[in-house]
Amino acid sequence: MKDVYLGMPSFPEAARTATKDERLRANLTRATHTIRDKRAKAVTEIEDWAELVEAGKAIKDHTLRHLDEYLLQLEAKVTEAGGQVHWARDAAEANRIVAGLVKAADGGGDQIREVVKVKSMATQEIGLNEALAAEGVAAYETDLAELIVQLGDDLPSHILVPAIHRNRTEIRDIFRANMARYGRPAPEGLTDAPADLAEAARLHLREKFLRAKVAVSGANFMIAETGTLVVLESEGNGRMCLTLPETLISVVGIEKVIPSFRDLEVFLQLLPRSSTAERMNPYTTMWTGTAAGDGPRTFHLVLLDNGRTDTLADTVGRQALRCIRCSACLNVCPVYERAGGHAYGSAYPGPIGAILSPQLRGTASEIDASLPYASSLCGACFEACPVAIDIPEVLVHLRARVADAEPGHRAERAAMQAATYAMTHPAAYRAAEAAAIKARRLLPPDRKLPLGPAKAWTETRDLPELPKQTFRQWWKENHR
Amino acid sequence: MPKIALFVTCVNDVAFPSTGIAAVRVLERLGVEVDFPEAQTCCGQMQYNTGYPAEAKPLAEKFAGDFRGYDAVVVPSGSCGAFVRDVHPRLLGADDPPPVYELTEYLVDVLGAQDVGAYFPHRVAYHPTCHSSRLLKLGDRPTRLLRRVAGLELVELPGAQECCGFGGTFSVKNPDVSAAMGADKVAHAVESGAEYLIAADNSCLMHIGGTARRSEAPIKTLHLAEVLASTADSPYGASA
Ligand code: SF4
Repeated sequence: MKDVYLGMPSFPEAARTATKDERLRANLTRATHTIRDKRAKAVTEIEDWAELVEAGKAIKDHTLRHLDEYLLQLEAKVTEAGGQVHWARDAAEANRIVAGLVKAADGGGDQIREVVKVKSMATQEIGLNEALAAEGVAAYETDLAELIVQLGDDLPSHILVPAIHRNRTEIRDIFRANMARYGRPAPEGLTDAPADLAEAARLHLREKFLRAKVAVSGANFMIAETGTLVVLESEGNGRMCLTLPETLISVVGIEKVIPSFRDLEVFLQLLPRSSTAERMNPYTTMWTGTAAGDGPRTFHLVLLDNGRTDTLADTVGRQALRCIRCSACLNVCPVYERAGGHAYGSAYPGPIGAILSPQLRGTASEIDASLPYASSLCGACFEACPVAIDIPEVLVHLRARVADAEPGHRAERAAMQAATYAMTHPAAYRAAEAAAIKARRLLPPDRKLPLGPAKAWTETRDLPELPKQTFRQWWKENHR
Repeated sequence: MPKIALFVTCVNDVAFPSTGIAAVRVLERLGVEVDFPEAQTCCGQMQYNTGYPAEAKPLAEKFAGDFRGYDAVVVPSGSCGAFVRDVHPRLLGADDPPPVYELTEYLVDVLGAQDVGAYFPHRVAYHPTCHSSRLLKLGDRPTRLLRRVAGLELVELPGAQECCGFGGTFSVKNPDVSAAMGADKVAHAVESGAEYLIAADNSCLMHIGGTARRSEAPIKTLHLAEVLASTADSPYGASA
């Protein structure tokens, strides 16, 4: 994945800083609670929501089981409709392909120096903007929140609302300071009223839409049966990018394919209600290859693996590939709410990021090895997920993978083994119990302890004083 | 007379025996014969959830052996109850485990009890811990029992569905986030105006209570079983 995420501190370290940032906490709590409540309402409106979730899950599982067939069918159909399909094993290959396509695109005599972008997770995942910049091509984000992130030299912190960590005063300051650097400057005397901010973005982006020769997008769904790609969005910027430029390049993860047009019926209900809490999103754009006299004249589809095939090989972990990137799990997650999106060190924050990043990237880095533990296993994510991904189950599964692989977990394994030994050997168990009760403490007497897990507990919490006798002793004396 | 085996859990055995004692009192008061298989220790949830399934398996096997042959097992812990019921069968493959009930499930579903004859003259709020609500799906069983307790006033807990931040080893692996969640839970409990915060899991209560004591917040924590065990003749706190 992206270079900017390499060498990220572990999750607990990054989260420590975030929990102390009061403005961030306030921004996140306000935003996540609002959308959380709206989603809950939008979902209860549909009587057969549980059946829809089952259907979404079943369609995705079926497709993943036959992914090879559906991808080949998709390739054939896209090619038939006038598009060109490219296969990218990893991020570097995908970036190389896109850069090559941009340079080879027809700039009407001029060399292409810029592209407009539709909000896309796959291109964030592979760090496409940075890769294009290295080739002398500027990639302009056109989604409002992505624009805020880009203008602020920032990183996205949410799947749906990448600038969720910013409030409107911060956004006004970013527009005022940086819009000029990227094109049309912010209007004089810009206020932080939402309508003014939206208008400033509209004016800034319009000249880019009108000038662009090449657009880059992702896709929410790809339909194998027809070769159709589908993008759902709210602002209309996507529609502009997908229709105005001469060349369209879409970078899409291989797990986004679904078998037939009919299957969309399920996902067009699940996705908007789960993500923006809307009954229907304002803009749904679908295209099949190219069409004479309408829309882009050249269409390229770059199919991205980048760790997905490895993920598919894991029978427990593969359910993460069902994800439709709605972000409901982020919005209900108490850990995300307090740690913020950046602490997850990837384009995919929150619960889905905690199970996806360590699978796509492996668990060798500090951040990836810490992500499976970034959860209290409260299960709010599983409850909200529209394709029933059992995120706690995958987290626990990945913890075992980390514990098995990392030499750093030797001490912990020894402690777990010791506990299991004591718990399966009655004499050892009674001795440990008796020692604890005699001292009337679980730990030595200091209120705050200096080391390890004990310190981590007593820094903010008291431990209970132990009672005079265990339940077992009481039972013996009073009951038997 | 119905007969059950009590799985008290390792945390309750050592740190909260009063909860185990309370569970015995309530069940016996309702005419249940309680046995305590003394070989029992721990369900292995900590090992399993921290990523050590191989270390959890011997405990699941031991549990199966210790409770074999009983008609029903009752556990005064939502989290351990869910673990034994959901994960043990997966760890052990096909076995024939006895039915496992969390205490309020046994009281409401099996005994059909709502009014257990309890008396607890205090204002309380109920925290539905994550595993008791999302894994066991206890629903309104605990509050149905609480509403019938004489003298008790049940007040609403703001943000009740939110996790308290305990999460087993999460509490020490991610101490800052855990503490931030705990502080919010304590703030909500105080805001509710309750004197006691009640839950069906002592491990969560240990975290919430420890946070409250450190910050000297005006809220006490107590396991649901102890509220239900309290009677007019022998009210909570009167004797050990
Ligand atoms: S894991 Fe589920 S809830 Fe989270 S973003 Fe993906 S589909 Fe949405």
